[in-house]
Amino acid sequence: MIEFWKLYSRSHSAVLGLGILGLVIFVAAIAGLIFPDDPFRLAGQPMSLPGTNGFLLGSDTLGRDVAAGIAHGAKTSLLIGLVATLAAVFIGIFFGALAGYYGGRIDDMLMRITEIFQTIPSFVFAILLVAIMKPSIESIVIAITVVSWPGVARLVRGEFLSLKNREFVQACHTLGMDDLRIMMREILPNCLSPIIVIGSLMVATAILIESGLAFLGLGDPNIMSWGFQIGAGRTMLRSAWWVCTFPGIAILVTVLAINLVGEGLNDALNPRLRERR
Amino acid sequence: MTHKLLDISDLHIALPYGADRPHAVEGLSIALAQGETLCVVGESGSGKSLLGRAVMGLLPAPHVHVDQGEINFNGEDIVKTSYDRLRQIRGSEISMIFQEPMTALNPVMTIGDQIDEIFRFHVDMPGKVRAQRSLKLLEDVNLPDPVHIMAAYPHQLSGGQRQRAMIAMALALDPKILIADEPTTALDVTTQAQILKLIKDMQIAYNTGVLFITHDFGVVADIADRVVVMQKGLVVETGTVEQVLNHPEHPYTKGLIAAVPRLQPRKARKRSDEVVLNVHQLNKTFGSERRLFGFGKSGRVVKAVQNVDLELRRGETVGVVGESGSGKSTLARCIIRLMENDSGKIILDGTDINELGRAAMRPWRAKIQMVFQDPFASLNPRIKVGDIISQGPVIQGYSKAEARNTAMDLISIVGLDERAYDRYPHEFSGGQRQRIGIARALALKPEILIADEPVSALDVSIQAQILNLLDEIREQMNLSMIFITHDLRVAAQVCDQLAVMRYGEIVETGATAELFAAPQHSYTQALLAAVPGQDWKQEAQVDPAVA
Repeated sequence: MIEFWKLYSRSHSAVLGLGILGLVIFVAAIAGLIFPDDPFRLAGQPMSLPGTNGFLLGSDTLGRDVAAGIAHGAKTSLLIGLVATLAAVFIGIFFGALAGYYGGRIDDMLMRITEIFQTIPSFVFAILLVAIMKPSIESIVIAITVVSWPGVARLVRGEFLSLKNREFVQACHTLGMDDLRIMMREILPNCLSPIIVIGSLMVATAILIESGLAFLGLGDPNIMSWGFQIGAGRTMLRSAWWVCTFPGIAILVTVLAINLVGEGLNDALNPRLRERR
Repeated sequence: MTHKLLDISDLHIALPYGADRPHAVEGLSIALAQGETLCVVGESGSGKSLLGRAVMGLLPAPHVHVDQGEINFNGEDIVKTSYDRLRQIRGSEISMIFQEPMTALNPVMTIGDQIDEIFRFHVDMPGKVRAQRSLKLLEDVNLPDPVHIMAAYPHQLSGGQRQRAMIAMALALDPKILIADEPTTALDVTTQAQILKLIKDMQIAYNTGVLFITHDFGVVADIADRVVVMQKGLVVETGTVEQVLNHPEHPYTKGLIAAVPRLQPRKARKRSDEVVLNVHQLNKTFGSERRLFGFGKSGRVVKAVQNVDLELRRGETVGVVGESGSGKSTLARCIIRLMENDSGKIILDGTDINELGRAAMRPWRAKIQMVFQDPFASLNPRIKVGDIISQGPVIQGYSKAEARNTAMDLISIVGLDERAYDRYPHEFSGGQRQRIGIARALALKPEILIADEPVSALDVSIQAQILNLLDEIREQMNLSMIFITHDLRVAAQVCDQLAVMRYGEIVETGATAELFAAPQHSYTQALLAAVPGQDWKQEAQVDPAVA
């Protein structure tokens, strides 16, 4: 673990990314404490400039506190990003492992299914799914999961394909080990590194998709999110710039931080890059 | 006295901080004369390859660099010379051939273009003349149909042809020095013999100085004039080939030479009458797989194993020898049922295990086990050694405690420390890992052990240890063994019976001694004739000074 941190901390940008991400998580965790009220509550004078009328980052057209929205929105974004990614990784491993391990017909069939999902532009597909299922936090998670698992499946399939012919796997066959155990205990641990890396980057994509959906009015109407804030403020962009700007910065910074962390993990976990000092 | 081409004195090559030693090469002084072949011999990690690169000025700077000493080439110090001058020297005055010609050649350029490039960069001559020179070169290295080969891409040639093309390129500008870094290690033995002869012929024709880097004493005996033996960056012995091979002084050289397997069959033992495994008319074909929806043309069909019969009796070792692509590894995997066979019978204890499904096969797995070739790929890097060994017994229904005891016993039987149980594979060297692989195979107390090139990835001194270990274990546990190898010298040491394979077929079988004394099939004869270092071996047998 210490060794891993040494490898990871070689890249300063990765450490910076981790720091920013930590800050975002911290804000999300204490959102309820610093802004105990509902972020949808009309808290005061509408269209207040940042720093005036007791609003740190100003208020929107209806007098909602932008800062409170960002804090509570952080919770939504991170939660959706994490849950959707976990689900997508799980499905992707399932499909990819079966396809890569068994090959042949099973591989053909599963990969054709994967391709069906990959050929539809993912954001349009996500909009479609949320529109059909009615906007809610569950439907958004489901939509993001459905559009993002194929990438994982492809990756895992490739790893399984190359690992299944390794001699250590063949040795397990000669011992009479069953397929499930070979897949779970022998092969999967050896392809965890790329899965962790792609997973971390998927969290960033998921946050972007969620914001996009909320911006288009397809977010959960009862839950504050960054995309919703930007969507609500976009008509007033010239008269009240702060309503869109601060949530936008929040998205930018969070996604950037997660990408930096992903890069850092990639550099630390990829043995080929490890040499490159 | 011939002219000294290369004079290296007190060379130190520094390794990056954190390497296992501060210098890859330390205080090395050697000289190479015109028309001379100097062989640098050593095991992996001895620094011999870096020496070759240093002479070319190709060290991976800044991590690895020369920090002391000089490499004097015709009065110029390679270490200090400018980058531009180095570029002039490389290819025209000093050139190099590598171990793996496929990676050394550019895959998207034709052979003709690649040779042409050398002329274009170094000398000014019209295109027509360049083409003629290229063609002449390919003829000189005995490539068949040079016009055709000029237009061919590297992947269209065989390994031997690629290495010939590499040699043609290296000799294009009549260099003064040729550095050959294990140029035949990746080649089959018959091809190796041809390439060695080619290098020798070319050297005589061009009067080149050759710095030949190798780990194989057989090759040394065939090609060297003088020999330098390296151990961990230090030169331990220098001398003429006669001195070093037949009268080695240094204990390390003595050890290395003693470990070189001789092409001398082991003493025949009494054959048991009990047949433990009988392979009958086994067939395996690759590449006829049909695709979903029937898209794409069906690929090339390769008959990897054709009508193979093999008989293994109790307590004996049957060697399967052949060159790469002969189907010997496929045969091993077919016998142990890692692959589905097309047809044939594998009779073990009176049961045809080829008929059995996966579940029915499971109890039979314990009877037949395998040791793999690559000690780095055959152990799961994420699982502790103890678990790797005890996995088998646990799967076969033994309790955890029993499995642990078995694993502990085996760890000491194969000569490892008991603490190995709780460590991960990456903490062990190649030879130790191979011991772990053997322990894993033995954990199920098999009757039959299939060893697929178990020593070909190891240094010669470790090779000898592993071969001894396999022999001891076979005695102790009354194992019968199928031993797959490409190296007839190794086969001679361990096998009672031999089966020679080519293109998926067994062309000849027989007791090792008889087969060596009177090979019947022309292919067996060619294989035996190509084994390097035969003259030396015969001398060595006569010479009582070598024990």
